[in-house]
Parts: sequence; C-alpha cells; structure tokens
Amino acid sequence: MMSPTQWDLPPELCCRPMAFVALTGLDVTYNAIHRAIWDAFCANRRADRVPISFKVLPGDHEYPKCRTKRTSYEWYIPKGILKTGWMNKHLNLVPALVVLFYELDWDDPVWKEKQSECATKVEIVRTSLQGRNTKVAVVLIQKKTPLPPGEDLVASERAASLCNACDLSGKSLFVLPHTDHLVGYIIRLENAFYEHAQTYYYTEIRRVKSHKEFLNKTTHQLLFVRHQFKIAFFSELKQDTQNALKYYRTAYSLVHELRTHETNMLEIKTMAGFTNYKICRLCFQHNTPLDAIAQFRKHIDLCKKKIGSAELAFEHTAWMSKQFQSFGDLFDEAIKLGLTAIQTQNPGFYYQQAAYYAQERKQQAAHMCAHEPVGSYPTPDPLETLSGALDFYGQRAWRQGHQSIDPPDAEKEKVGIQALQVKEKDVPHSELIIALLSNAVAQFKKYKCPRMKSHLMVQMGEEYYHAKDYTKALKLLDYVMCDYRTERWWSLLTSILGTALRCSYLMAHVKDYITYSMELIGRASTLWEDQKSRIEKNLIKVLMNEVPEAEPDCDPASAKAAQALWSDRVSLAGSNRFTIEVQDYVPFVQCKARFLSPSFHLDDPVQLHLYLKADCPHPVRFSKLCVSLSNQEYNQFCVVEESCKSQDILEPLSQENMCLVPGKTRKYSFKFVAKTEDVGKKIEITAVDLMLGTDNGRCVLLNWRGGGGDAASSHEAIQAARSFRSRGRVPEQHAQWDTVSIQASTMIISRVPKISVQLSHKPPALSNEMYCICVSIQSNEKTVAKDVKLTAGLKPGQDANLTQSTQVTLNGLEVCDESHPALLPDIAIGDLQPGEKVEKSLYVCCVTTGPRIFLFHVAYTMTTQAEGTDITCKCHKDETVTIETVVPFDVAMKFVSTKFEHLERVYVDVPFLLMTDILSASPWPLHLVSSQLLLAPTMVALDEPQSQVEHVVLQTGECASECFSLQCPPVLNGTSSVASGQYLISWKRKSSCADAPVVTTVVTLSHVMVETIPLYVHAELPSFGRVRESLPVRYHIQNRTGLVQDVEMSVEPSDAFMFSGLKQVRLRILPGAEHEMLYNFYPLMAGYQNLPLLNISLLRFPTVSGQLLRRFLPSRIFVKPQGRQAEDASIAAA
Amino acid sequence: MAVCIAVIAKENYPLYIRSVPTQNELKFHYTVHTSLDVVEEKISAVGKAMADQRELYLGLLYPTEDYKVYGYVTNSKVKFVIVVDSSNTSLRDNEIRSMFRKLHNSFTDVMCNPFYNPGDTIQSKAFDGMVSAMMVQAS
Repeated sequence: MMSPTQWDLPPELCCRPMAFVALTGLDVTYNAIHRAIWDAFCANRRADRVPISFKVLPGDHEYPKCRTKRTSYEWYIPKGILKTGWMNKHLNLVPALVVLFYELDWDDPVWKEKQSECATKVEIVRTSLQGRNTKVAVVLIQKKTPLPPGEDLVASERAASLCNACDLSGKSLFVLPHTDHLVGYIIRLENAFYEHAQTYYYTEIRRVKSHKEFLNKTTHQLLFVRHQFKIAFFSELKQDTQNALKYYRTAYSLVHELRTHETNMLEIKTMAGFTNYKICRLCFQHNTPLDAIAQFRKHIDLCKKKIGSAELAFEHTAWMSKQFQSFGDLFDEAIKLGLTAIQTQNPGFYYQQAAYYAQERKQQAAHMCAHEPVGSYPTPDPLETLSGALDFYGQRAWRQGHQSIDPPDAEKEKVGIQALQVKEKDVPHSELIIALLSNAVAQFKKYKCPRMKSHLMVQMGEEYYHAKDYTKALKLLDYVMCDYRTERWWSLLTSILGTALRCSYLMAHVKDYITYSMELIGRASTLWEDQKSRIEKNLIKVLMNEVPEAEPDCDPASAKAAQALWSDRVSLAGSNRFTIEVQDYVPFVQCKARFLSPSFHLDDPVQLHLYLKADCPHPVRFSKLCVSLSNQEYNQFCVVEESCKSQDILEPLSQENMCLVPGKTRKYSFKFVAKTEDVGKKIEITAVDLMLGTDNGRCVLLNWRGGGGDAASSHEAIQAARSFRSRGRVPEQHAQWDTVSIQASTMIISRVPKISVQLSHKPPALSNEMYCICVSIQSNEKTVAKDVKLTAGLKPGQDANLTQSTQVTLNGLEVCDESHPALLPDIAIGDLQPGEKVEKSLYVCCVTTGPRIFLFHVAYTMTTQAEGTDITCKCHKDETVTIETVVPFDVAMKFVSTKFEHLERVYVDVPFLLMTDILSASPWPLHLVSSQLLLAPTMVALDEPQSQVEHVVLQTGECASECFSLQCPPVLNGTSSVASGQYLISWKRKSSCADAPVVTTVVTLSHVMVETIPLYVHAELPSFGRVRESLPVRYHIQNRTGLVQDVEMSVEPSDAFMFSGLKQVRLRILPGAEHEMLYNFYPLMAGYQNLPLLNISLLRFPTVSGQLLRRFLPSRIFVKPQGRQAEDASIAAA
Repeated sequence: MAVCIAVIAKENYPLYIRSVPTQNELKFHYTVHTSLDVVEEKISAVGKAMADQRELYLGLLYPTEDYKVYGYVTNSKVKFVIVVDSSNTSLRDNEIRSMFRKLHNSFTDVMCNPFYNPGDTIQSKAFDGMVSAMMVQAS
C-alpha cells in the first residue's frame, strides 16, 4: 500500500461520525469486573446498538483546553476556513459525556467517606472540562441486585445525598449491579448515555448557530462556511443525517461564494472537496444515488476550471483525480451495500476519469518539473511548519493564515513552489495511474464492457511501458491484442503493436521483436510505407544476426541500454532458431495451400499447390518451404529448398524461386503418388513452414497450422466471394490470390475398377421361393485381375429384421433354412484374364415381403503404373439392386352350408363345406404342384379330401378354388370356437427349371364357432318335381338332446303346391330318437317354386326358431312343366 | 457539429471513421470502439421479437468528461456513431437525429452502388463530402 499523500482525504472526514463518550474510573488492566464491563461496552457493536464510540480514560485525564469565548467578532479576521485538528478533536478528544465509574453499594459501611471521595473525583473531571458543555454522569458499580424502585428507602435517600454532594441531577446517576444480565444493563446504560450525548451535540449546534448574528459578510465570509460545516458535522455526530446533509449543502454553496484568487484557491478547493465528499456520502447513505451523482457533476463543473497557480497545475489535476477516485470509492461502497449500477453509470467511469487526470498530472509534472533548473530541494524547507502540520486545511506551509490576494513574500512563494515541484518529481505517477486503471478494469469487467476493459488494459500496458516495466507491459498488450485483431480494428492494433515492438526492442526479446515486426509490415498494419520499410530493414538485420536500429520515440537512454543488450544477444551462440505460429496473427507473408481435388484415385498422382504472397514493402527471400502432411512419408515430396548463403539475402532477383515480390502471388506445385495403404484415408496438410534466414545465421520458421490462412484471411475470403470483382475482369495476379481457396485435405480413393458386373433376374421375388440372381463379371482390364472375389447378399446396414428373414446360397436345389447367412462373403472366383467373363448364380430366399437391397461386391488386385512406378492396386466394384418381395398368391377361405350359404357358425354333426380360393398375385405364372388339407382333431372330413388343384398353372390374377365337405364332432359346451387346421400349398414358378425345389406355403385356417343344436331337421326329396305329378317329401326330425321334446309342426299353404300330410301336428320325440314325416306335394306351377314352409317350434327351447331349423331344409325346388307324351323320351334323354 | 463520425460493420469492424484532424485520431478510434459495448448491450436488450419495431436511434451512449457519444443502428445491424464535444451544448437531440438520418440516407446510397461490395471500407466521395459537412470545421 502506498503511504497517504497530501491529496488523500483525511480519515476523520471519511469515517462515520459517532458520539464520543469517555469512561473513567475503570481499571481494565487489573480489575476483572471492570474488564468485563468494558468488554460489554465495546464487544458486538452491531447496527442495532446505538452509535457511540467509547474510550477508557484515566480519571484525571486532561481534555483539550477550551479557548475563552469570544464576545465580539468585530475586530476578528479569520485565518482560514477549517482547522485541521477540528474534526479529530470532536471525534476523539472532546467527549459529549464523561462517565465516572465508582464502586459503591448503598449499604457500604463507610458510606460518608466514599461519598466524598466520589464527589472529589467528579470535581476533578469537571475541572479538566472547564468551559465545555460536556456532561458528567456517575455509575455506581454495586455487588447487590437493587430492590425495585421505591422499596429501598436507604438507597433513595443516599442517592439523593450523593447527587447533592456531586452536584449531579438525578438523571445522571446510574447503578450498575454486576450480577447476571450484565449486557442487558450495559445496553440500558448506553442508551441513556446516548441521550445525554444527543443533548450535548444539540447544545453545541445551538452554540455555533448563535455566533451567526455577530458575523458580517465582508470580513467573515470564511466563518460562514466554517460554521455551516461545523453545524453539519455536529448533526452527523447527533446522527441527524438529514439536517447534516442540509447544512453541508449550504456550506458547499457558501464555499463557492468565497472570493477566489491564486493564494486561496487550494484552500477553497480542499474545503469544497471535503464538503462534496460528505454530501455524496450522505446521499448514497440515504439511497438517493442520483442526487449524489448530480452533486458530483456540479462539483466537477464548478471546480474544473479553478486551476490556481499555473506553476502548480499538476496539483489541480492531482486534486481532480482524487475527487473522481473518492467518488468512485463511495459509489463502489454503496454497490457493496446493495445499490445496483448499470453499464453506463458505474464506478468504473470515475476511476477511468481519475486515471485520466492522473495521466494529465504526470504530463504536467514532467513538463513543469523537468525543464526548470529546479534541481535541488531548497533549504530551509519551506514546507516545514512549527507543529509539523498545517493549521488550516488547504493552506501553504510558508504563509499559513494569510488571506489577502497577493502573496506576502514573493521570494518565499518562489521557493515554496520550487519545493513542491521537486517533491512532485518523486511521486510514483505510473503506479498511481496503473492502480486507478486496474480499479476501472475491474468495474468494467463487472458491467459487461469488454471493449472498454481492453482499452483500459492498453492504457495500463502503455503506462507500464512508460514506467519501464516492459515485461508487464507486453503481458497486458499481448492479452488484448487478439481482441482488436478479431474485431479487425487495424488502426488500434497497429498502435498497440507499435508499443509492443518498442518494449520487445528495449528488452532485446528477439522472438517477440520478430513477431511484432512481421505483423507491423503486414497488410493489417496501418503504418505508412516508409515506417514499414524501416521495420522490414530492421527485421532483415535481425535475421542476419545483427543489431537492429532503435525504434523512434524510445527514450534515448533506454535505447542505448537496449543496444548493449542486443549486442550481447547477437554474440550469444545458440537459440537462434525460432518457430513462430503465425496462424493467429496477420503476418506479412500470406499462405494458402490446396489440393487440386478433394479426392485422388490411387493411380493418379496427388497434386498440391501452395500459394505465397508477401505484403511487405521490400522483396523477401526465404531459404526453405516445406509442407507437412498427416502421413509424414509424403513430406519429402513437398519441399522447396536451396542452399543459400547468408549474404545473398539482400539480392532478391538472383534466385527467382526463393524470393517473394511484394503483392505478387507465387505458386509452388507438388506432386506425389499415394501409398496403397492410404486408400480410404484422408491426407491432411498439418502445417506449412516457411524458413526465413539461414541455418547458420538466425533462422525463423513461420508456421501455419493446416492449409495456411491467418487471423484476417477468412473474412477476406468471404468478401472476395461476395465481390463483383471475382466475376469480372480484373488485374491478373490480384484475382488469383483472392479466388484461391484453401483445401487442406484430400481423400485417397481406390483406382476406378475396369470390370463390369451385370445382374439378371426376374423381379419381384416371391416370398419363400429360391429367387435366382445371375451375376456376370467381365474383366476389361489390360492385365490379369488377380484374386477376384465376390461378396454377395443382403447389403449390410439395413433393418436388422431383414437379416433374419433373408437367406442366401449358391445351391439352388434345395430350400434354404435359417442356418444360411444373409450375406456370402468372399466367394473366390480366381483370376480373370483380360476380357474373360464369369457367371455365378445366387439364390435368395426371402421370408417376409418388402424391398431389400442386395449388394454385389467384386474385389480384385492388379498391378499398374503411375508416375513411372509400379503400384499394386486393390480395386473393387459394387453393384446394388433393390428387389421387392411379394406374396405369390392370396388364399381366401370360407365356410358355407351344404346349400352354399355363408355360415357364421357351424353346427355339431351337421355337414358343411370349406371353400378355399387361391388368387395368384405373382406377375409370373405359378405352377401349383399340389395342395393338402391338414385338419385339426376338431374337424372331420366326410370323404377323403383330395387336392383339386394339382398341376394347375395360374396366370396373374387367376384364381383356383377347392371345396371340402366337413363336419364337426360334438363339442363340450353348447358353443365354442375350434381350430380348423392348416392348408398346405406346394408350388413353384412356372419358368423355373424342373429340378428347382417346390415351395410349400402353409396357410393356417381360421377358427370357427361350433354350436350344438337341440333339434335337427333334414328333408329327403327328389332333385326336381313335375307339374301335376306327385312329389314325395320326407322330413326327418332328430332330437339331439337328452330330454323328451315336444315339437309343434305346421305346414303353411302355398299357391304352387297342393299337398297331403299332416297340416298341423304336435308330437313328442324321445331323446336321440328320430321322427319321420311324409308329405306328398303336388306341384301346380313350373319353374323354381318355393316349397310350402314348414314351421317347427320347440316348446322347451323357445330360442330355437323355426327360421334356424329351416336353414337345414331346402327352400325351393325346380318344377318341370308337364311334358307332352311325345316329348317324354327326349326329356328323359336330356 | 460532430468531432468524429464512424460507420461500423455488423461484425463490429470499422467501415468508415473520420475525426477532426486537429486532435488525436487514435483517441477517437478508441472512443468509438468502446462505445460499441453500449451499442451491443442496447441491441441485445431489445428482444428478438421487438427487433422489427426497434427505434434505430439509440440516443446518448455515454458521456465522457469531454465528449458525448451518440449511436444509431440500422436494421442490417450497421452502426453509426457520432461523437460531439461536451462543451457544445447548443446541439439538441433533434439535430443529432437528423444527422443520423442524413448519414443513413447517404450510406444507403453507398450500398446501392453496384460497384460497392458490402463489407468493404467506404471510399465514396459523396459520402465523404456529406460527412465533412457534418463535422466541426477545422479552423
């Protein structure tokens, strides 16, 4: 920490004033009780305790003497505004209240003696406070707990007597029993003290106010200010901050009403500064920060121009700096206590301004103190005073109290100013500036001002440079440089680089020197051509291991020291090789590398172009250029190198190739053959290195990561792409550079195969069949294709379910099962001579429908020539084909009654029909080999079911149907769903060869509901009738229950028939028995005729309707017309 | 009248910057550059949804002891910054606005030039002349 300077605000001004109470009669060193009392007073003074500052003083302490009160101000001329000791006096020396602690119990045996001793002590205190309004109070420390007031008569009597003896009012006598609850008693005591103190400060305020009437405006102007300030200060001590603020404000305006001249300017500014500080502080305390800011602005506006003595102008800037700094501190403190600041109004601005004034002060100091022949400090010291300090704030030591316009003694004045100037020379200005800047940086960082922060850091760096701390300067400048570079503020970057270059020069840091030089002569620099030229010449000198010339604007002494450092550096052997990563800078040589194509076939040479362009004013020579690739074996092909001697470096035209002419784009082409093992890999440019200087001198390697480019190039590329110039006619080389884009990597891909793979097949595939794909491979190579291998099958990477439902085999004679793989890898084909052709058949079995992608991958090796060398190439060709799998046919089935009526459910022991339809969905003809019905045990065939579709060929859309007569045996419950069985169809493609395997498709037949019926009716009748011929019909009625059934039957009359038989009957059928009813129908009309309806109803089963039973019976019959006799024979024949 | 006028690209690099020749040019560059902090903050404070209705004129960015810095952002996020002397109290908000409007119009003319590549520094003579008219005349 720096020691306090003249400009720092005094601590008594900056503290929070608190009432001062002196405690006497306490022996805190040797008496434990007293110690405990004292601790209770001073420990834990939190915000909830009253604001008092306590001090323990001996009983006979001498308080500052009170001067005799002036009765008249008539002849009084004040010597200054405020005495330097005044604030401290009232904070720490003159108490508002003196408390005398005395150990005395009410029932003390020697009460009288003690009382008089106490009275004496009080008297001593009173004497030393002669003339002051300070109150005195007595606290009796007692061992016993007091009785409630009024009960202890002895106590009240003795208290009265003690008050009398000590000349105290009853309010000033206290009792402190040192029992438990000490802290509680203490808090009550100090509240009482506080009230006394308040009264004291109130009377002080009244006292100061009372002076006012004696003052006149001509001679006592200073006193107006002094009194207002004092009243305000007492108000603060009284904790009346509202009034304090009011009085400070009055004092502030009075200060500015004072007549100003050169001799009292400093005093006025000092007092204005103090008052302003107090006002701002109170405003922040009252949470009115805007008032504080407004007051401060007003203050600055009023004081800015009050410079005072021109020879001491640095004092004004120092004072201004301090004003801003202390306001910044106040602001910051308020923020810590909960105030919110914003981006555009935060303490940082005040610190920044303080730093600005500090910089100004430094310049003025340098200007005023350097050139004058001040030289030595004058003796006797004009700044020395008798007391060692000033009497009044802001006065000159050599003319204290002097208030007239002209200095009393011109010679003394001169010497005094000289002394101040000499002193100013020793002030560590840079240190002050840097401290303020770093305060500001911290604030701006907090309030999201990155650019402001960078700017301040630049200033800090520059200040460090002026303070000759180059290491720290470089560290800061380096840190912010990249921000300006990425934001492309070249003018600012150039300025920072210039400072950095000087730093590195003065420290003889070779690498930094080269780095900064390179950027300063590059395209981002805004320097003039002649400056660039100078820097480049220096750079060349450094490269030749010579001492560069000093940077201009360097301090001559430092430059001289630097020359020596450089000479040492030059003579030093070793560490003369530097690698500079230029990617993140904007160096003076630009570099772009590109592969001519994003991919190269193995048998084509890889081509790489490297473009270089220098932006510096003079041509540069380099000694080596090399490109590093991800596979280092290729690096040897990408080098440009010439052995050159160090003295050639300035003769640019002798070796054209190794020289970069400013503004001209130079292209270098490299070519190499990739290695076989790099097929499928990426080759990347990992770095480009450009070597400047020579191995035996100093050598600098500019290193670009990847394919070149630098901090500015990507933006330039975007601009170039957008520009109309890239499309139009433009100067040749310029366009060339802009249009070159970096291509830092390329793929090595295998040689283009000269082989044809053809597939022949007949899509779509039918599910489950052995689908044949014929692959024919023909070599078009000029040499033997060796080791040909075919990988065929389902292309990997499709749905996982497809792998399970696809099988591939080379054997087409049998159906695949699940053990077959989905992909057959590396089927050896052998060698193929040029032009030779091989065919392979592949059989695929697809279980599920849907599209599948099949891959046919033919790989082989062969030898060819590239760039004159034999290389072995692995070639491969992929063919893929998407094959859709469809079902060959749809099978539909239905249950019908013997009358071919659709059945929802079938009845036990009643025959019914199963009909199956096979509908071809295949685009190719299908050959149905056979079919078979495998019945479940719950179904029985009525006859031996035989396939009716054997060897049928189905064209697309054709349908083959079969019909089977079945019956269901009884089921356990009345109704249940039973399985029907399976239907097997064996088939193959019509087009497939004879020995192709037959595919069997299994169709599971649907379940069917079986129901038991109580009664079964069936009729027996001829297949047709003839008009007017008898038609006998026999109805069989079976009781299928275990109960006797009552059946009611009736036959409804019909127009088409006459009939004989029972028209209506009620009968009883025994369990399992069958009843037979015979009717003779006599048809009356020809054609299809409805038979007379037979109504049957079961009395036990009302649910079984006649309608249901009628379904078992024929409903109509064909009646032939009555034939003529002659035609009878012909009809019989038909 | 302005002491410094700057046009800043969307990416915050200067497209055009001109200050009175009597004073330290670099200082103005720093002033303009640091004012971008406030501009950025003001733009981001306006929500994305409101971006269309945003007023282009940003007003006083921040006062320094010597200068007042005003900002303006076009819809394409090109920023204009005008620095005026703090002592110049006669300049009203309306006049600053009209200066920005003029600047914007002139900038639009520059952009309309088919030979101007957006993003390049501005080298138009017409623009230069307009800016000169708005600058404090060096005497």
